[in-house]
Amino acid sequence: MRVHIDVNGERLAADDVWEGESLLYVLRERLGLPGAKNACEQGECGSCTVYLDGLPVCACLVAAGQAEGREVVTVEGLASGDDLDQGLDEVQRAFVEAGAVQCGFCTPGLIVQAHSLIESTPQVPEDADIREALAGNLCRCTGYEKIIDAVRLAATRKAQNKAAQKKAPR
Amino acid sequence: MDFLRPLTWDEALAYKAGRPEATPIQGGTDVMVEINLDKGRPAALLDLNPISELTGWSAEGRTVRVGAGVTYSRLIGELGSLLPGLAQAARTVGSPQIRNRGTVAGNLGAASPAGDSHPPLLASGAVVEAESARGRRMIPIGEFYTGVKRNALAPDELIRAVHVPAATGPQYFSKIGTRNAMVIAVCSFAIALHPGERRIGTGIGSAAPTPRRAVAAEEFLAGELDWDGRSALDPGVARRFGELVAEAASPIDDVRGRADYRLHSLSVMARRALGWAWKDYAGRGSA
Ligand SMILES: Cc1cc2nc3c(=O)[nH]c(=O)nc-3n(C[C@H](O)[C@H](O)[C@H](O)COP(=O)(O)OP(=O)(O)OC[C@H]3O[C@@H](n4cnc5c(N)ncnc54)[C@H](O)[C@@H]3O)c2cc1C
Ligand code: FES
Ligand code: FES
Repeated sequence: MRVHIDVNGERLAADDVWEGESLLYVLRERLGLPGAKNACEQGECGSCTVYLDGLPVCACLVAAGQAEGREVVTVEGLASGDDLDQGLDEVQRAFVEAGAVQCGFCTPGLIVQAHSLIESTPQVPEDADIREALAGNLCRCTGYEKIIDAVRLAATRKAQNKAAQKKAPR
Repeated sequence: MDFLRPLTWDEALAYKAGRPEATPIQGGTDVMVEINLDKGRPAALLDLNPISELTGWSAEGRTVRVGAGVTYSRLIGELGSLLPGLAQAARTVGSPQIRNRGTVAGNLGAASPAGDSHPPLLASGAVVEAESARGRRMIPIGEFYTGVKRNALAPDELIRAVHVPAATGPQYFSKIGTRNAMVIAVCSFAIALHPGERRIGTGIGSAAPTPRRAVAAEEFLAGELDWDGRSALDPGVARRFGELVAEAASPIDDVRGRADYRLHSLSVMARRALGWAWKDYAGRGSA
């Protein structure tokens, strides 16, 4: 079957999609977006986390046909433009700076999930809230401390940016 | 495999009537795992996501009608005060990503004895609204679970909503697992106090072939509690309640836990959940 999905702001179509195929497979294998990772295919690891209509979900558990006509944002879509230094989202930048990336396999899912936490929390989240939000994202390398550092750093910067924007004269 | 995409409820019923073997898919958090791990290929998927009416809930009198498409995240965010027991259970399901997709209707469809919705639904006396092209049927929750991963739905029926009485007293859900998140229950327990009727509701999860109530424990406790005076709970009564709850279970040994551990933890959870609930009730004073 053919499936149309708004991916990172662009209307894309995938052809020859098998009816039992996951959104993750379509993104990676048919639409050339390998950011979201495939590790468990059973919702346990969170490496495939993407936004579906604004909410983070495991792309491996969404049937491709269920994404028809809906909006998907992947880790690729959080960065803007081609300049990798300038274009990164604060969350992406913070993961690099805090040393929260080792093999990097879990990183795209963590970044989308952390991005959602930060966007939906007005204040800088407490560590307990960060742990709770990331409970469904597994990392085999880092031991999580630096990941939590990265989320705290990104949240702090985003809060500062927002405060600065408010203060700036129009 | 076919992918069926009804846009309205009537269309969904028509599809299901024509293809009773089609597997409904809501959040997909059970269905997709099966497909991904090749544990069985449905002949067809019947996607219920496009049917927007399923994602609504409404308070109808003293009952909340929760549409089949309401996710755990929304239950937690929107129904915490009307349905505290169910919302507490929802909070323990999987991860945020799973809660953003998974639904109570899907939990009922899967009918796993370990499903976290079941104990609070039993404790509050929910009713499942099932429908087919032949008509609508209201199934009391106690009659819904018919065996391990089996339920009372006919092949052409779909769950449209779950009707859950709004809480009239304290409700608690308690769950044992190997970590604090992302765990399937080793066993679980829910209690609901129904002070108006001087009645107790209970639900036991993951400790019998189906989720079930502990009826003898409910009846014993209802008769022992000082409903009017709201005096402190007698520890002997609480202990006996825990024992009766464990007696209502018939657990097995499996990878998640041994039967004797399940029985022991059930009696402890029941006693503690009662303690929290009674503390709330007694603390509230006469209203
Ligand atoms: C990583 C992970 C963690 C999990 N943790 C928990 C947990 O802690 N506690 C827990 O209880 N569960 C857990 N689950 C299981 C699952 O998330 C729940 O059972 C959830 O409630 C299923 O809802 P869904 O909408 O995703 O169902 P789906 O997968 O869409 O469907 C599940 C079943 O219900 C049927 N169905 C769905 N909607 C209807 C309908 N309207 N009418 C008739 N039949 C229908 C389907 O055909 C299927 O048989 C977990 C799953 C994963 C992948
Ligand atoms: S690949 Fe989707 S959760 Fe692991
Ligand atoms: S960095 Fe390797 S899995 Fe997280």
